[in-house]
Amino acid sequence: MTVVSRGFRGRRAADVNPARVPPGQYVTRDFPVLSAGPTPHTALQLWDFSIIGELDQPRGWTWEQFRALPSEEITRDIHCVTKWSKLDTVWRGVAVDTLLEGIETSAEYVTAYSDGGYTTNLPLEDVTGGKAWVVFAYEGQPLAPEHGGPARMLVPHHYFWKSAKWVRGLRLQSTDEPGFWETNGYHNYGDPWQEQRYSGD
Amino acid sequence: MNELRLDGNAVAGLLQEVFAVEMTTAIGTCSGCSTAGPVGAAHLYRGAGIVLRCPHCDNVLAKIVKNDSRVWIDLPGIRTLEVTV
Amino acid sequence: MAGTALLGRLTWQLAELVEVVAETPHVKTIVFDVPGWPGHRAGQHVDVRLTAEDGYQAERSYSIASASDGTRVALTVQRLEDGEVSPYLTDELRPGDKIELRGPIGGYFVWEPSEGGPLMLVAGGSGIVPLMAMIRTRAAADDDTETRLLYSTRSQDDVIYRDELERLSGNGLTVVHTLTDSQPPGWTSYARRVDAEMLAEVTPAPANRPRFYACGPTPFVEAVAESLVQLGHDPRAIKTERFGPTGG
Repeated sequence: MTVVSRGFRGRRAADVNPARVPPGQYVTRDFPVLSAGPTPHTALQLWDFSIIGELDQPRGWTWEQFRALPSEEITRDIHCVTKWSKLDTVWRGVAVDTLLEGIETSAEYVTAYSDGGYTTNLPLEDVTGGKAWVVFAYEGQPLAPEHGGPARMLVPHHYFWKSAKWVRGLRLQSTDEPGFWETNGYHNYGDPWQEQRYSGD
Repeated sequence: MNELRLDGNAVAGLLQEVFAVEMTTAIGTCSGCSTAGPVGAAHLYRGAGIVLRCPHCDNVLAKIVKNDSRVWIDLPGIRTLEVTV
Repeated sequence: MAGTALLGRLTWQLAELVEVVAETPHVKTIVFDVPGWPGHRAGQHVDVRLTAEDGYQAERSYSIASASDGTRVALTVQRLEDGEVSPYLTDELRPGDKIELRGPIGGYFVWEPSEGGPLMLVAGGSGIVPLMAMIRTRAAADDDTETRLLYSTRSQDDVIYRDELERLSGNGLTVVHTLTDSQPPGWTSYARRVDAEMLAEVTPAPANRPRFYACGPTPFVEAVAESLVQLGHDPRAIKTERFGPTGG
């Protein structure tokens, strides 16, 4: 049983529409930086993004090619499993649908993989149909390295650990392969609205 | 840009809660580069969960996820852990 | 005996605030009475947990500033402008209030007089706190281990424990300040960020096998540790405690 600390509020935003806040979350106006490892610094000349795995022809884009793809502005709420939520975050990026356009695959799952070795897994249907992007800008500015720049995943209908920072590609797979956190306690699917934080939730 | 990283010290309380002994003086041998050193000197990152990395080769030594009733510990990068009890 | 001292009783317990001491414009020492406190070693810390009425919790670690003294535990807290916990501890908490705390914690970044020296302490900003516990413990034990403190702050107003450090100097303790942003008229000590040259001038030679404790913001600590290794000191003799991006 914990004790209430008289007068302690924390730095949370007040006046928030509770309908926008998943169970157990608290809205912040900051953008906390969480990381599983040192910030990578891949030079743009060396950066590429790939689609590999179960498809006829792997695809890849250099930075220039990636930035030449159609992109869009996306405004979404994001929810971190560590309990903070940030509303109306504004990004710019390329829809995963665009990256997968014309691909024929029997894969049902993807693994997003990043510089530094981080991985996270999702059903293919959760990154298609307008649900996921590879984003390169936040609030009109190039995505800062500490927030995942040059590019990260944005999959806002899952807890934010699934929006892999420093992403370098998607591997299409017929089997589900739990990633960095999914193999160690965090939920395989991670729906914030069902509070699927931990394995077994 | 790695001003966020801390040392193993920073999770001394959590580790003691889990292992029931003081762990920052435990000596771990990295399975990546074979360097041995105290857990207190490992590089600590706070992501969705805790990640301890080898200060020499950045290999993931341990991952820790905790909720109110359970702790998940993965020790992929520690070949041997020598603890004083 | 040493084993039990390291374990302590690591459960959350209520600590009562008994005293507040203003150290500098942004720093306060908050002194708690912790029933059943088993005593602590210099360099150890406590975890503090705050709970809001709606159940929101925040947890932080704070180095113990005081030498072991019965049930009395002093924490020195730097108020971070956009901090979530520090402004609560420095501005809101009043004597009589209780907070949840657990400790003492840590065994790595710890020094006891029996470990000897020469002892070289390098502090950046609020990183002085655990090192001050070492200095106070040394003084309380009437120990004369050769000890040097290199303490980096922005200005003289930011020097925590300034009078006490002056008072404790001598009997084997040397305190060297560097003020990085502004210096008072007539300042004769260092006036720049800690660098390899300064460390070479202040620290005992590698042949004397000093024991180092460096504490402060992560970039500070890492730069100091790297410089010390470049100067020929044994990396295993350098213990660090990183306080994160801003320290405090």
